[in-house]
Amino acid sequence: MTEGLVTAAYLGSAILFILALGGLSHPERARRGNLFGMIGMSLAVVATILGAVTDNYALLAGALVGGASIGLVLARRVRMTGMPELVAILHSFVGLAAVLVGFSGVLGTETGGTGDIFHAVETCLGVLIGAVTFSGSVVAYGKLSGSIGGRPLLLPARHWLNLLLLLLAIGFGTAFAAAEAGGEASGVAALSWLTVVALVFGVHMVAAIGGADMPVVISMLNSYSGWAAAATGFLLGNDLLIVTGALVGSSGAILSYIMCRAMNRRFLAVIAGGFGGGTAAAAAASVPAGEARAIEPDAAAELLAAARKVVIVPGYGMAVAQAQHAVFELTEGLRKRGANVRFAIHPVAGRMPGHMNVLLAEANVPYDIVLELDEINDDFPEVDVSIVIGANDIVNPSALEDPGSPIAGMPVLEVWKGRQTIVLKRSMATGYAGVENPLFYKENTRMLFGDARESLGSLLRALGNR
Amino acid sequence: MRIGVPKEIHPGEKRVATTPAVAAELRKLGFDLSVESGAGLAASFSDANFASAGAVIVDTAARLWESCDIILKVRAPASGGMPAQNELEHVHGGQTLIAFLWPAQNPDLLQQLAGKGATALAMDCVPRLSRAQKLDALSSMSNIAGYRAVVEAAQHFGRFFGGQITAAGRIPPAKVLVIGAGVAGLSAIGAAKGMGAIVRAFDTRPEVREQIESMHAEFLMLEFAESGTGVGGYAKVMSQEFIDAEMALFRRQAEEVDIIITTALIPGRPAPKLITAETVAAMRPGSVIVDLAAEQGGNCALTVPGELAVAHGVTIIGYTDLPSRLAPQSSQLYATNLRNLLAELCPAGDGRIVLDMDDEVVRAATVVHEGRVTWPPPPLKAPPSPPSQPKSAAGAPVKAATTKAGSGWQVAALVTGALLLALIGATAPPGFLGHFAVFVLACFVGYMVVWNVTPALHTPLMSVTNAISSIVIVGALLQISDGNRLIAGLAAFVVLITAINIFGGFGVTRRMLAMFRK
Repeated sequence: MTEGLVTAAYLGSAILFILALGGLSHPERARRGNLFGMIGMSLAVVATILGAVTDNYALLAGALVGGASIGLVLARRVRMTGMPELVAILHSFVGLAAVLVGFSGVLGTETGGTGDIFHAVETCLGVLIGAVTFSGSVVAYGKLSGSIGGRPLLLPARHWLNLLLLLLAIGFGTAFAAAEAGGEASGVAALSWLTVVALVFGVHMVAAIGGADMPVVISMLNSYSGWAAAATGFLLGNDLLIVTGALVGSSGAILSYIMCRAMNRRFLAVIAGGFGGGTAAAAAASVPAGEARAIEPDAAAELLAAARKVVIVPGYGMAVAQAQHAVFELTEGLRKRGANVRFAIHPVAGRMPGHMNVLLAEANVPYDIVLELDEINDDFPEVDVSIVIGANDIVNPSALEDPGSPIAGMPVLEVWKGRQTIVLKRSMATGYAGVENPLFYKENTRMLFGDARESLGSLLRALGNR
Repeated sequence: MRIGVPKEIHPGEKRVATTPAVAAELRKLGFDLSVESGAGLAASFSDANFASAGAVIVDTAARLWESCDIILKVRAPASGGMPAQNELEHVHGGQTLIAFLWPAQNPDLLQQLAGKGATALAMDCVPRLSRAQKLDALSSMSNIAGYRAVVEAAQHFGRFFGGQITAAGRIPPAKVLVIGAGVAGLSAIGAAKGMGAIVRAFDTRPEVREQIESMHAEFLMLEFAESGTGVGGYAKVMSQEFIDAEMALFRRQAEEVDIIITTALIPGRPAPKLITAETVAAMRPGSVIVDLAAEQGGNCALTVPGELAVAHGVTIIGYTDLPSRLAPQSSQLYATNLRNLLAELCPAGDGRIVLDMDDEVVRAATVVHEGRVTWPPPPLKAPPSPPSQPKSAAGAPVKAATTKAGSGWQVAALVTGALLLALIGATAPPGFLGHFAVFVLACFVGYMVVWNVTPALHTPLMSVTNAISSIVIVGALLQISDGNRLIAGLAAFVVLITAINIFGGFGVTRRMLAMFRK
């Protein structure tokens, strides 16, 4: 295959990737978009194999088939509640790949080491971003799967530590560039040190971020994996990698921005970390008046049976309890009784952007009754009963009412404006932000304590008995 | 402590201060309970019901009053001449009485209770705080009165409430005017709306407009700049000009509407006379007026308190016992209010009550404390202003500050960006600039495309971008044929993990997207 044909194929792939992302504007078009993405990827891989691979076919075939089978099994087996973990670990692969490609480029005499300082900078950037993505994603995976505690790790003088790491990275990068320019062999050692520094930086960065900021972290790592691919593209002088990396990078950046806005937090403040740990003093200052009132499933079913307009607000607790199917059954039960049931999704509900939508889709909830914060927030005054399932901070009125609250200014679902709210929750514990929730003490709020799935089950039975 | 619930002796009073369901809850709070035989009969609760809820049935009122520490009643204790009509003489020192006592109207009663060394809590003195809503028996009763007012009106109105088109012609819907949108007024609006009537409502307090409109009733505007909001959410006395304008409005409305329900009350004053005889005469014969303010003299000039009157062909209902006419319902709500009060007074759940006179709700409700008259209570703190006000006041400057800081940042970012671009242009090799142009344009394309992604598909977006970012595989493919075994091996490993990513990413995206259905 000539170079011209390969370039043409790459152009085709780039367009198909853009169409794949564009298709996600609507669920119906998204399926076709995904197909475009697959075609684009196949085109790029096949063109590259035909155009560049001249040897080691067996090795290539083995790696491709092996990777493909592992990937397909993962895709089939993963539970929808485990999506954040899967996405995190896949991000780490991109980061690792970028690091290794960067190293191979340095090791291989033909593909690099031209003594060009720009090239050295590109290599450094690719390896640096790739390594941060890799170790950050691994830590994020650990946090999401529960093997590492969700609490932020707050080292003393952590900002100074970050600065030190940055200076070290610049130092090693300069050493590498100097070695490359001079054609010395010590370049690999400097690059290895740079990688180590970047790995430590990635670990430290994600470890310092609390559980509630996980959606931001995931989208940020998503963005980094894109930038890593783009940097690799610069390194190889390959426009397809640059375009794709830029697409993914900006996509992740936009998601991070949306998540930060949904929590009314500045991106830098999230990255600086520490949210969800040190706010106990602030929370203690605003203990709400009144008492939380518990309700039994029977009484809750009575409220629901009389309700015409019901809104369900799911949170991470629904994912933890694997309660999405029970939620669907309740939805069906209520809809059969003629109630108008809708879902209200906060952008940061769950552990990654769109997490709740996917869980509800898995449980067969039609997407046209699943609404976003802006779409439904004005309707709450007309709602008869809101059911909050395992959500806390995203329905906290103090975000709007208490300027001193740590979450002040965060847009929240205003369930308390409805006639009645039933909160399904395991205990009175605070959410990830560590902030007391006055919603639980409101006159029209009732607490249904217990595991979300069991509570929904007994609610459904009680509703059936009526 | 033992709670006693006597039979109400006021003529026509059908309510009772507890129900079997609430009795069981009182037992859970640790109280013992005695109920006078026949106390719940008029509200359809038998002695057997109470007994099975754990209450002791006591034959006579005298024995009940004697044996109990806390007495729950609906009406204030009567002090009539006949022994059977005199409840007050049963009261003894140390006893706590909880009932509607109306201390402003019954100063003698307070003195007599104090003289006996008793403690008395008046349910009508519970302040209107959001914390005390669950104790607010006046609201409970008003709610019932509002509902019953519509039922009474329907009883005496000769036509349908809801409109219909039938084979025999059109039935127009009834037009209902509700004056005063307090608890009773809103309840009446809801009931009348529920029966299909066209409902209009008037209130001197402009802030209730939203509540009225939220019930899909029409709010009648008066072009007059005066707010009628008084202390504690109640209405206040308005200026004479306002009242004249208001009455003119009612006079005009009277010609149109079929039913008028009046609920206008100002605390501690006789009810304002809003419907004159002339206004009544302006109504069509067969119309109905229900005057919920009848006990305080009535909002209508022709109301006969406690009676049903007919004037100019208009039925004017002045019943003062509307809650009692729905005795099982009102008993249940009142009993629950009492239970909530007792739960407040008995935080330990051990069946002993403690009056915390520093608690503003308890302080306000307690009108006689251990033989001392404690009415009127010190004035309440002004009700907290609605939360929207501090929010907007606090929110605005913050927002302004951020936009200001934001524009500063923007300028800085623009300058830095321009400098960077110039630096790159001046120093970078030409090949790099070509790639850089592609990169920057691709960032913009990505930006435009991704903003169009629906938030519901953010997870598929992440998994698909994940899959396509594995385009890094191309880098490995370029290296895999290298003669250096180390490089080839590393490249093969990269192909392996990126292939996992590609197939895993696209596969899981496909699986997710297949689940989204309408």
